[in-house]
Amino acid sequence: MNVIGAALAAAAGLALAGAAASVLFGRSARARVAGPLTALSGVAAVVAGAAAVAGASWSFATPDLLPLTGVELTIDALSGWFLLLVGAVTCVAGTYTVGYVGRSGEGASSRGALFLLPLFAASMMLVPLAASVPTLLAGWELMAVTSLLLVLTEHRHRPPQAPLANATQSDERTAARAGGAVRDAAVWYAAMTQLGFVALLAGLLWLAAVAGGTSFAAIRAGAAGMDATTAGVVFLLGIVGFAGKAGAVPLHPWLPRAHAESPSHVSTLMSAAMVKLGIYGLLRLGFDLLGGGATWWWLVLVVIGSGSALYGITQAAVAQDLKRMLAFSTSENVGLILLGVGFAGLYARSGNPAAAGLALAAALLHTANHAAFKALLFAGAGSVVRATGTRDLDRLGGLVRTMPATTIMFGAGALAAAALPPGNGFVSEWLLLQALLHPGPDAGTLLTIAAPLAVAVVATTAGIGVATYVKAVGTGFLARARTDPAALARESPPSMIVAMGLAGLACVGLSVGPGLTVPALSRIAADLELILDTGQPMVPSDLALRFDAVRATLWPLWTVLGIVAVTVAVAVTARGLGPARRRAAAWDCGDGPLTARMEYTATSFAEPLQRVFDDVLAPERDVDVTHVDESRYHVSAVSFQQRIPDRIENRLYQPLLGIMRRLGEQARGLGNGSVHRYLGYMLGALLAVLVLGVLR
Amino acid sequence: MTADVRGLVIVALALGQAVLLAVLAPYVLGLTRAVRARLEGRAGGRLGQPWRDLRKLLRKGPTSPADASLVFVAAPPVLMATSIVVAGAAPFVATASVAGRADLIVVVGLLLLGTVALALAGLDTGTAFGGMGASREMTIAALVEPTLLLSVFALSVRVGSTDLATIVSAGATDPASVFTPASALAAAALAIATLAEGGRIPVDNPSTHLELTMVHEAMVLEYSGRDLALVEWASSLRLTILLGLLANLFVPWGVATALTPIGVLIGAAVFVVKVGLLAVALAVGEVFTAKLRLFRVPELLAGSFALALLAVLAAAVLG
Repeated sequence: MNVIGAALAAAAGLALAGAAASVLFGRSARARVAGPLTALSGVAAVVAGAAAVAGASWSFATPDLLPLTGVELTIDALSGWFLLLVGAVTCVAGTYTVGYVGRSGEGASSRGALFLLPLFAASMMLVPLAASVPTLLAGWELMAVTSLLLVLTEHRHRPPQAPLANATQSDERTAARAGGAVRDAAVWYAAMTQLGFVALLAGLLWLAAVAGGTSFAAIRAGAAGMDATTAGVVFLLGIVGFAGKAGAVPLHPWLPRAHAESPSHVSTLMSAAMVKLGIYGLLRLGFDLLGGGATWWWLVLVVIGSGSALYGITQAAVAQDLKRMLAFSTSENVGLILLGVGFAGLYARSGNPAAAGLALAAALLHTANHAAFKALLFAGAGSVVRATGTRDLDRLGGLVRTMPATTIMFGAGALAAAALPPGNGFVSEWLLLQALLHPGPDAGTLLTIAAPLAVAVVATTAGIGVATYVKAVGTGFLARARTDPAALARESPPSMIVAMGLAGLACVGLSVGPGLTVPALSRIAADLELILDTGQPMVPSDLALRFDAVRATLWPLWTVLGIVAVTVAVAVTARGLGPARRRAAAWDCGDGPLTARMEYTATSFAEPLQRVFDDVLAPERDVDVTHVDESRYHVSAVSFQQRIPDRIENRLYQPLLGIMRRLGEQARGLGNGSVHRYLGYMLGALLAVLVLGVLR
Repeated sequence: MTADVRGLVIVALALGQAVLLAVLAPYVLGLTRAVRARLEGRAGGRLGQPWRDLRKLLRKGPTSPADASLVFVAAPPVLMATSIVVAGAAPFVATASVAGRADLIVVVGLLLLGTVALALAGLDTGTAFGGMGASREMTIAALVEPTLLLSVFALSVRVGSTDLATIVSAGATDPASVFTPASALAAAALAIATLAEGGRIPVDNPSTHLELTMVHEAMVLEYSGRDLALVEWASSLRLTILLGLLANLFVPWGVATALTPIGVLIGAAVFVVKVGLLAVALAVGEVFTAKLRLFRVPELLAGSFALALLAVLAAAVLG
């Protein structure tokens, strides 16, 4: 048993201990024991993942654990990368749990919710380790069920928030409505994830049947002789399952609901870790098990990725719910990752493994970057929700004074998520753009046209992304508080700030030293028969990002140092020039004092962008003008309401749901309670099966 | 030249270039104002008037609005720093000194970082004007960013690299590579993007006094004293940077491709002339154009985006 085996055993043991502890301990100690145990299990997974990406290997099989097939586990560089990522996010979320869930014993700190948390984390660690179809499916379903139950944590009521302790009747009604939203989210999530599971089940079992074995090794061997149609259909089913889990448009409607309505430590785990396993699944299936496939497979991924990126960021730009905004931004980032994966496939098919390696590296680096900054952002959002009881950006503001640590952390995450230079998001976006720039001399017509269009998609996404995160930070955290809960907010407990700090450190590390990940990325690329070469051995002092296939170099460390040093120099020099700063009232047009109602809200901030994308978003506005009785020319009150519906959901899913409902109602007639009729059905079904069997 | 001496020369050149642009920037602004005034039949201020304004403002103490946080205080230095870093790192005077260090995507990102700092400061004041300016500025920035990146890309395809020095020196040594359809389309797109990023007519009017039409001015309405000086100085520096990039990407001749003292001096002189000519052209253009309504601006930017996309496709297809 090598270091990976030991670390994985420790991870599993610690997760189980966490689950046991949350059942055994009383409500005041529960989170304080289970949270750290979960975090430690994450640390153990990080150790195992790091060893795997450094080149160690490990495998394990027990034929008796699951009926018929047993459990087969193995780890290679690709699994290691995702295990590392899941472990790191688990570590953040586990630490965060201690302060976030509190000690009320209800909702997120209930026995059940805390029992499920380490199991959810462990099941996510199981997925990349799986080395056979049944093991993968078991881990996948375990992950789906535990996360579904965790989404439901607050289905009965939202926990009472600190400043809103004196709950009135209307608050209770609001709580009940919120509970309804939670249940609605859970139903959507359950339906979508099970749809994906069915697709995966069908696809992978078919694959196993054709290849003649359920272990990945057998499938790899059998896939070589498989006919193209079967492989294509299996890959499409894989896209439904894996890209659906990743939250790619159009399989996304569950994502903004589940991420927004679940407690924040759960949304952190889901958004930063779980959706990434969808990417893992696609990489494993497409590159490894099916051995590369056809060009059109990857074109489908590129189209899905582009759609997700554009649609996700447009919706995020106009969202006023903080967590819904972050959820749509997850869709966007998943889109960019899929774009990278798709181009890796396209390049590989066009016989350019070096460019393919570059695109793959961009995608993988972006998974890590997104995990780091999205964990930070969801943890920050949770901190805000916990302190103020609202996710509505239009009701927040002024948190920079009451919650300085949270504001700094969220700001750092937003900088990374907006893909601005010193942030880590910029690094992977740079790499993605470089990959798109180097299609190679004989790329063919498809790539010649697809690559520039993809650049346009990435550029548009980046532009709108910046506006989105300026909106989130500027209206959510700066200036004056718009409501009392925001004004009375108190900073979160230390454990939550430590958790955000851990995620922040990961962001800083990835933004300053992305070059350190290159050996791991090269190993993964080599495993998938792509090439990722750095021109020269890396010099630890400059931490530059350079590759053989790219004629440009990124110096993240120097960019960061340069900006910080010059900013400090400018600030110090300017300060030395004149008298000290003083406070004064802002310009109020002589009609002061300024109130919070005069501030720009998130909705008004996004209004110009919303107007630009009016045709895409189709907002539903409701303006109600009440006139004074005496004169129609004098207005006494104006009320304005606006909803920006998810159009894809309305156009694609609502008709489908309508058909299903009608079918369901008609099917009622089949079961009228008569036993004879049911026996008749059974006979008919049996005959049909027999006839089919004979005919075949 | 040994490696150490070469390193020192490179650092000195970067510093010198940053200083050159920082000194030049207010004069560029003064030049556009003077030309405009002359064409409109006014006397106008002198060339060095922006410098005098800056000197006056730098000596005065700043005020912070009652509700503003550290963001408001930090934004001007951040804006200035991003501009200075770009001014020092991009190939304006010489290409050899910055080879491999200045990436076009990084330059675009750094300029955007400055915009973001200022937009956050605008929101941080808590006034309606600040929010309005920030909202408009970010909307425009969000729509300009794709154009900038795409036209950058069209130029990069030509040489297979996003390294600015590589692109500029390739153009300087091989003139034929500059006169391509892709290059022309990218130049048009980048020119419109420059107008929008620099806050010039027809996108924004830098000399407006009506709050409702303000974009940049509304955002910085609360700044005073040395804060305002930094903001104004950085804005003129950004305009100079954008004009300089436009000049060197599409008319690269004169830039020093080797590190000789004469070459660098000629490069500096040619750069000043090129930026001056572009500034005059900008001013002349502004006299004959009206500012667009804010909600017509996206149409203009969509047009430039289409041009940039065509440029990339042309570069990829025609080679």
